[in-house]
Amino acid sequence: CSSKRTGRKSKKKNKKAPMKDLKMEEESSGVEKLEPGTTFPPTFSVSEIKNKQRRHQMFMKLKQEKRKQKMQLKKKRRKEREALGDKAPPKEVPKTIENQRVFDETTVDPEDEEIAFDEGTDEFSAYFNGLTNPKVLITTSDRPRGRVVKFCEQLATVIPNAHVYYRRGLALKRIIPQCIARDFTYLIVINQDRQTPNGLVLCHLPDGPTAHFKVSSVRLQKELKRRGKAPTEHSPEVILNNFSTRLGHTIGRLFAALFPQNPQFVGRQVATFHNQRDFIFFRFHRYIFKNEKKVGIQELGPRFTLKLRSLQKGTFDSKYGEFEWVLKRHEMDACRRKFQL
Amino acid sequence: MQHDDVIWDIIGNKQFCSFKVKTKSQNFCRNEYSITGVCNRSSCPLANSQYATIREEKGQCFLYMKEIERAAFPARMWEKVKLSKNYEKALEQIDENLIYWPRFLRHKCKQRFTKITQYLIRMRKLVLKRQRKLVPLSRKVESREKRKEEKALIAAQLDNAIEKELLERLKQGTYGDIYNFPVYAFDKALEQQDAESESDAEEEEEEDDEVMGGSFYKSLCLMIEKVFYSERVFPFVQDVGQREFVAEDEVEESDLSDFEDMNKLKTSSDEEEQDESSEEEEEEEVQASRSKGKSPANGSLVRKKRAYVEIEYEQETESASRRRTT
Repeated sequence: CSSKRTGRKSKKKNKKAPMKDLKMEEESSGVEKLEPGTTFPPTFSVSEIKNKQRRHQMFMKLKQEKRKQKMQLKKKRRKEREALGDKAPPKEVPKTIENQRVFDETTVDPEDEEIAFDEGTDEFSAYFNGLTNPKVLITTSDRPRGRVVKFCEQLATVIPNAHVYYRRGLALKRIIPQCIARDFTYLIVINQDRQTPNGLVLCHLPDGPTAHFKVSSVRLQKELKRRGKAPTEHSPEVILNNFSTRLGHTIGRLFAALFPQNPQFVGRQVATFHNQRDFIFFRFHRYIFKNEKKVGIQELGPRFTLKLRSLQKGTFDSKYGEFEWVLKRHEMDACRRKFQL
Repeated sequence: MQHDDVIWDIIGNKQFCSFKVKTKSQNFCRNEYSITGVCNRSSCPLANSQYATIREEKGQCFLYMKEIERAAFPARMWEKVKLSKNYEKALEQIDENLIYWPRFLRHKCKQRFTKITQYLIRMRKLVLKRQRKLVPLSRKVESREKRKEEKALIAAQLDNAIEKELLERLKQGTYGDIYNFPVYAFDKALEQQDAESESDAEEEEEEDDEVMGGSFYKSLCLMIEKVFYSERVFPFVQDVGQREFVAEDEVEESDLSDFEDMNKLKTSSDEEEQDESSEEEEEEEVQASRSKGKSPANGSLVRKKRAYVEIEYEQETESASRRRTT
């Protein structure tokens, strides 16, 4: 019986020294039966073996067996499917994170009256009723350098009616009343870290919410491949994708109000804010319809991604402002399938 | 006894002083009671038994004095006097306490006091201005976020989403009359789809007629071809079997597979055209012997993803029909 064991072991692991096989025998003697197939008592787990190398071996063996079983199962299923031919049940839809998303109770229902009422009377209602035209002020944190300056300029070309001003070390709380006096509707502050933009504060001016975003993956116009010519002065169309919850709706409206209400279709430009898994991707394209089924798009303009950090009611006031929503990493990032926007 | 000169002789020049900081041009004194920060015979707190300094604690200035009478009691050596917050009054206090003291110490004390008040004022002003907060980044968190962002970007399929949205808007007519795409293609496709559903019903009637009337002008087997298109957009396909030449840029997988299928179906359609064709476009009939068409069509079914052609065969056995007719 012992020879049987050693023979079996040596077949599987030829590289191991014979001494190890002996040890294997000793240890597993209390545990194994004398059958060709190894049967361990059900309470045995690989982690109980103290020797690291042997534990590793056993683990690898276990994995191999599992993999083998999986392949067998796959083969069987495929055979069954082929055998059935037409009558085979339809293929199952693979699970994606979007499929498995935890249901958010604040998801907006298109026919919800309460939300419609809310949106009719919130800070953006003036814009959406056509009373105000957007006028945007873009500025930076102190002493902008390098890419931040270019980024600001390019943003100003993308957003119609936008002005870039140099921040002379002024406090935001002083800037805001001046902006309101001059009829600005939006204030964008781009924060920098080592000459690249890394934060964006978007403040809707008369008394609107302030959103603070983290900016990442900024690509300036020069850095884009296959890019078109510079954006023209026409107002672009806006596409807002996947803003489904209440919070998402608010942010979506925040972005929508940046651009004039009536886009000029002659310009054929479109600005997209696409939300995927709480990351908002901004792209700026020029499109052309080749026929009624095909459209070609060409990217102009900068691209960047935003991630919402906080949303505050009222204009910028980080100390005493009332925060509607703040990103709390431990609570919110704990579950991979839960998203806020 | 306090021998200042001896002390200075030792620590100042010849041997080690732990408070001394040497630089190329100058020596500094790190002693906290030093009045100027420089290592000098007159401003060394160890080598002078009569010494005075100004020190500041939490915005409050104090005058410290050391006298030779207390040299033996290190615990009580420094006398601490709180100075008033008023600048002039504090200067008077210094003068009052250091009356009859060497001119050097009086002067230096006042200088030091002035400097300290100036920097305290500046500190108070800065607090009122904007303060920059440095937030530490956690490397793990940042790399995790980056990875999540990449995955989200891949999952987003931005180009497709944008194109889809634009086409939707075109269909809904938000662009008005700017684009003059022929609308009849839509209608034609609509008609085709309607015709399909009608043709199925008609076919059955025809079959029955045939069977009853006894005139089978075609072969005994009927093949019904149903054309499904997986895209939501209406099909822009002409008759099956016709070659369509597509521009180079737009050749996609679906187009290629269309080509292959069209080739295969062409052979079948040749034979079909030999027979009398039915009134409807979609109906095509093939003889029973041609069972070859079955496998390649099904094979291509599995391969294609977008537009595909599903071919169903319906066979009517000879004997049954013969029986009925007679």
